[in-house]
Amino acid sequence: MKLTSLSGLYDSKSWMYLALATFVLCIVIPASNMLLPSTSILHISDYSVSLSGKILCYAIVALAIDLVWGYTGILSLGHGVFFALGGYAFGMYLMRQIGTDGSYHSNLPDFMVFLDWKKFPWYWQFTDHFWYAMLLVVLVPGVLAFIFGYFAFRSRIKGVYFSIITQAMTYAFMLLFFRNETGFGGNNGFTDFKRLLGINVTTPQMRMVLFVITGLTLISLLLVSRAIVSSKFGRVLTAIRDAESRLMFSGYNPLHYKLAIWTFSAMVCGIAGALYVPQVGIINPSEMSPGNSIEIAIWAAVGGRGTLIGPLIGAGVVNGLKSYFTEAFPEYWLYFLGLIFILSTLYLPHGVVGLINKIKAKKLAKSATSASASVPSEPA
Amino acid sequence: MHTATKTLRSGSLKEALKEIVKANRIINKLNCMIISDIRIKKYLVSLLLFGITFAQQAMALTPAQQISLATGDNDPRIAALSHVSELGDVSAVNFLQALLDDKVKTKGNAIYIVDDTTVTDALTGKATTLPDAVDDVVNNNQMRDELSATIASLNLLSKDSKVRLDAAKSLLGTDPSAGRLTLIKKVEKIETESTIKDILEQVSASIEITDNDKAVRMAAVKELGDSANPNNKEILSSRLEADGEADPEVKAAIRLALRSIESNMAIYDKIGQVFTGLSLGSILLLAALGLAVTYGLMGVINMAHGEMMMIGAYATYLVQDIFQHYMPNYFQWYLLLAVPFAFLVTALVGVILEKLVLRHLYGRPLETLLATWGVSLMLMQGVRSLFGAQNVSVENPAWMSGSLQLTANLILPYNRIFIIVFAMLVLMMLWLMITKTRLGLFIRAVTQNRGMASCTGVNTSKVDALAFGLGSGIAGLAGVALSQIGNVGPALGQSYIVDSFMVVVLGGVGQLAGAVYAALGLGIVSKFLEGIAGAVLAKIFVLVIIIIFIQKRPQGLFAFKGRSLD
Repeated sequence: MKLTSLSGLYDSKSWMYLALATFVLCIVIPASNMLLPSTSILHISDYSVSLSGKILCYAIVALAIDLVWGYTGILSLGHGVFFALGGYAFGMYLMRQIGTDGSYHSNLPDFMVFLDWKKFPWYWQFTDHFWYAMLLVVLVPGVLAFIFGYFAFRSRIKGVYFSIITQAMTYAFMLLFFRNETGFGGNNGFTDFKRLLGINVTTPQMRMVLFVITGLTLISLLLVSRAIVSSKFGRVLTAIRDAESRLMFSGYNPLHYKLAIWTFSAMVCGIAGALYVPQVGIINPSEMSPGNSIEIAIWAAVGGRGTLIGPLIGAGVVNGLKSYFTEAFPEYWLYFLGLIFILSTLYLPHGVVGLINKIKAKKLAKSATSASASVPSEPA
Repeated sequence: MHTATKTLRSGSLKEALKEIVKANRIINKLNCMIISDIRIKKYLVSLLLFGITFAQQAMALTPAQQISLATGDNDPRIAALSHVSELGDVSAVNFLQALLDDKVKTKGNAIYIVDDTTVTDALTGKATTLPDAVDDVVNNNQMRDELSATIASLNLLSKDSKVRLDAAKSLLGTDPSAGRLTLIKKVEKIETESTIKDILEQVSASIEITDNDKAVRMAAVKELGDSANPNNKEILSSRLEADGEADPEVKAAIRLALRSIESNMAIYDKIGQVFTGLSLGSILLLAALGLAVTYGLMGVINMAHGEMMMIGAYATYLVQDIFQHYMPNYFQWYLLLAVPFAFLVTALVGVILEKLVLRHLYGRPLETLLATWGVSLMLMQGVRSLFGAQNVSVENPAWMSGSLQLTANLILPYNRIFIIVFAMLVLMMLWLMITKTRLGLFIRAVTQNRGMASCTGVNTSKVDALAFGLGSGIAGLAGVALSQIGNVGPALGQSYIVDSFMVVVLGGVGQLAGAVYAALGLGIVSKFLEGIAGAVLAKIFVLVIIIIFIQKRPQGLFAFKGRSLD
């Protein structure tokens, strides 16, 4: 895989926007939250910071789904499972950090004491080491995705079939994690985290650190993804999306390409999950419900598939609306979400980004008064 | 007191019973004095009984017996009951039933039966008025058990074979009491119906297993072992405990009998599992049939399919509600209206959905997936706004409640049987419609080759709309079936949607046969796995099995053979 040089990833204007976004995430928001008095108009409340942190995590997931759906044409309705597995893997570390501060003052997490378990099950081994936990965060979703993807892609399951199977997978995992005997806290999952690397996880400073880390992770993953899709490897992915049979007839084996991007995407989701858990303070099996995973897909659809930046916008817009609606008109949120699903697929096939491009192109066509200006082509 | 009770078991004469009536007030010594007297009487009575042929004689209870049954302490009352049972007097049933129903009042030695408004003097049988300050007859649980068991054993003598059968069945579950053995043994000899006789043999064997004679015990063990009744298993294994059977030969026989019961039970368990598997499979089939039609035709997985089922269930609820309020007399026939109503409502919703949304998304199956998911969210919320988030319950018609009991541990609920039959009917109708009608011909044509069908003049867009309506309507029928076995709530469809997708994936596209085999197979396999591994693990296993299966046959069990590639 030959990567394009950094300057080839974006034009100078886009690089400027990216730098601006980094500046806002790392300097402006922390400064406004920590330094300005809460009475100031420019002050960003703790609530807004934690909400934005959550949305940034979702944006990473949207980025991951764009790689497989937007560029490779594989719609996954099960990415929630990778997200949640990453979260659980990191959650195990956070649970170990509680130590004996739980309500039973035992070395074991409360739910294990409750189940009358005497020691940690084997898969909890070494999870008290930070780096091992970080390794699990990418390895567990990665291995699952690799195995699942290998069998699915090898027998050339694609399109709607594949989507349905991924949905079944996340459903099965949800059922598995709801069981108390699975050893991940059953219904309640993990919560009541106390420390991360020995530092109190609930302080505003810690939250701000996590927020900035999430923001930086998002931006670096965006750059990595951009490098992937603009490389030759990325062109093959696009070819798989547009005409898989022709690609095969040209001598490529789509299995390797699909499997690589699918596994990478799952790992990215795992990282998002790991960043999500300490900020939100809870992880439970409902994250794996089929509905959640479908919502991930709609973020990408709303923002615009196959654009990388679009899904980030989509995740922000949909989740921003969600937190507004569920507070202001909780009854109508599902109507509205349903409408987003229907209208964005019917009228916004290329998402918000596609709409903006269209408007831009029209303006351009007008100003240049040339009839031949065409709409930039977008994936079908 | 205890000895008195034992001795009094068959004493029938007036004075003896009067003594017992007073027993709670008389000291033990007194009882001891009358024992010898009673023994003689017992002997006389049994001689007398032998002479009587066992027809149903009308031999009313003597006043003394009634008094002894209605007053005094628990133990002597139970003893008196045992005696009544041995007498085999069917006419006693009425009085015992009145006792059981708490209709009997006493004042001193006077006994009254109070039935709503009329008061009868039990001793004379004449109508009378109730005096002041009567005492209620208080029956504790033990007394109630004894009363109902005695009523049952007396009912064994009834002329009506159905009453006899019910009585025999109700005796099976009760605590075996030696007091009833004589009667049961006798009835066994005169009973003509083999089913009742079989049950009675079981009952008497469960009593005889504690007999003093080893041969009798051996015979009882053999009799008990020859069944699949979990109750017998309990009786036998309790005999193996420390204070139970002492004879090693009988013990060995008991172990053998236990093994035979277990293997018999296992067979019936298997049959039961196949049955529940079939009924689950029928539900899956109903859910998947409609999906198979729409998916086969349009390559569109309708994520709102589960919500169509939910709407069908709510339509049933509405019809049921209307019948309950306006036509309670015809309530048991409400399903006759609910079935077409649910079909029409969901078919209409389906056609509207197709015209408004899906029509514009043909050729983009992944987007269709998302759009129909959006529709499902809106439908769910819509139902929540209309009917509330709480589950509503749909009442079964009377003929569907209850169950068919084949053996002690094989019980088939009628509503499950209904669902199997209903699914088969729907399948047959759909098959006829697809293979024999003009619309069916068009649907098949469009499924196989849309372009060619269009060229030969088939109005494909009309066929699409109608077929989508048909698929949704069948989902509505599935909703009717679901409403009969559980509560109806806005999230009803969600719990079946993944399963029905699996059926379609497994069965292959556009083939009814595939859906049938896949649905029934999945149903039975998951019920068997549930028996082994529990519900959740079974579901996970099934999903893994499907994923592995698809490795071998990516197009499902039954696929069209063709050469087209994308």
